Amino acid sequence: MTPYDVSDDVIEVVRSPSPSPVAGVYRVFGETLRGLKTTFARIVEGPVTIQYPEEKTPVYPRFRGRHKLHRFEDTGLEKCVGCSLCAAACPADCIRVVAAENTPENRVSAGERYAAVYEINLSRCIFCGYCEVACPFDAITMGHDYEMSDYTRSDLIFTKEMLLAEAIERTPLRREGE
Amino acid sequence: MMAFADVNYFEPWWVQIVKSIAIFAVIFAILPVLIVYERKLLGRFQGRYGPNRVGPFGLMQPLAEIVKFAMKEPFRTTTSVGFLFRLAPVISIITAVGALAIIPWGDVQHIFGQQVGLYGIDVSIGPLYVFALAGISFYGIMLGGWASGSKYSFLGSMRGAAQLISYEVSQGLSLVGVLITAQTLSLTGIVHAQEGMWFFIPQFAGFLVFLVASFAETNRAPFDLIEADAELVAGYFTEYGGTPFVAYLFAEYANMIVVSGMAATIFFGGWLLPFGLHPPGWVDPFVVLAKILLIFTFFVWIRATLPRLRYDQLMSFGWKILLPLATLNLLVTAIIVAA
Repeated sequence: MTPYDVSDDVIEVVRSPSPSPVAGVYRVFGETLRGLKTTFARIVEGPVTIQYPEEKTPVYPRFRGRHKLHRFEDTGLEKCVGCSLCAAACPADCIRVVAAENTPENRVSAGERYAAVYEINLSRCIFCGYCEVACPFDAITMGHDYEMSDYTRSDLIFTKEMLLAEAIERTPLRREGE
Repeated sequence: MMAFADVNYFEPWWVQIVKSIAIFAVIFAILPVLIVYERKLLGRFQGRYGPNRVGPFGLMQPLAEIVKFAMKEPFRTTTSVGFLFRLAPVISIITAVGALAIIPWGDVQHIFGQQVGLYGIDVSIGPLYVFALAGISFYGIMLGGWASGSKYSFLGSMRGAAQLISYEVSQGLSLVGVLITAQTLSLTGIVHAQEGMWFFIPQFAGFLVFLVASFAETNRAPFDLIEADAELVAGYFTEYGGTPFVAYLFAEYANMIVVSGMAATIFFGGWLLPFGLHPPGWVDPFVVLAKILLIFTFFVWIRATLPRLRYDQLMSFGWKILLPLATLNLLVTAIIVAA
């Protein structure tokens, strides 16, 4: 191995030649005019800002927003059977499920059991979508809502009724090719 | 024989008071509009909207901000020099308002059988009056930065001192070409001398030098090293808040109106219109105002375009390019006029 030579690391910096008077004038005025043209083109283009509370960025179909719980459309029974697989899959440990037996008088879900308590603490949720993947009955899916700010932490614990309720359509969906 | 600094006092005292109040009120009503206009325009230049939340189209923004500034607690650093710290913004605003007096908004009119010149004063020293006030206004920046007792303010004011002095020379020299062409120092006289052709055509080099030097004199981008926010926080007014800060802000914009008004008067024919249009006298102030607004728009355009100069570039540009250019322009004009 050759000993370290400092001069190996010295790089010759190539500098552009200093401009001639004509090129200097061009750089002062010509390039300035080019810059003025560039900024003026922005006025012609118009602003690109999205005026957020009034206009919303459309989300993609696979966007992972606030969760939704689903019912069977024909029978109206809940799809969730209270298996707690979502709670087991949740890396943030934000889902709490308490299961109860279905009875003939009180049939809530299609399976043997149902979720008596189903809570998602959205202040802890990281919106990874593992619950959706883990669910064997497609009972929980990720919706499109992303506006979930609230004043107190306890307001962010969503109960089963809130998750089952039809979400207010607040988020525009991105159309094909948008 | 005209006396030195002769002022054409053909109006009674009360007309002059009414005039000065009118000019002051109109300009100070325009300043907040100018500020919001600049911010909206700057936004458009950068592909965004600018302020549009307060009131219709965000027009109430300056009002909200003035309320905010007025409610602020007055404070100063323990190292500051109290008296000068309070005095400095006052110097800035007084000189800025004083310089407003000289912009001619129109010719002498006959209102109710009374001769009224549509300008604050028509001094026979013209631009020298503005330069004198600009020379004093630099104390506002200098003392404000120094009396703040903070290093950023001090650095800003030191830069300001060097910059304002350097560019004042070129600014002054660039006007001399016009003055010897017009053979007068009175601004109304200069406007009358432009009835054939506006001076920005024969004096184009002088106009360019004046424009560039004006950017530097009003601390506008790309010469805003005095308040270079990337390096100096806010430069000379770093330690100012509340109403003294507003005083500096208004002084800056009033100075911009003065400089735009000077450019409009000296190079763009003041209240004259091209294509042989001769509107009635009451239109004149609006013509001048429109020209001032156009030049102000150009100020904003430049601000949106050019990055800030390095300090040594600023100095070498001022002394090695602008000053020789202004001198050359003066020499050529003098030779042509004399020949």
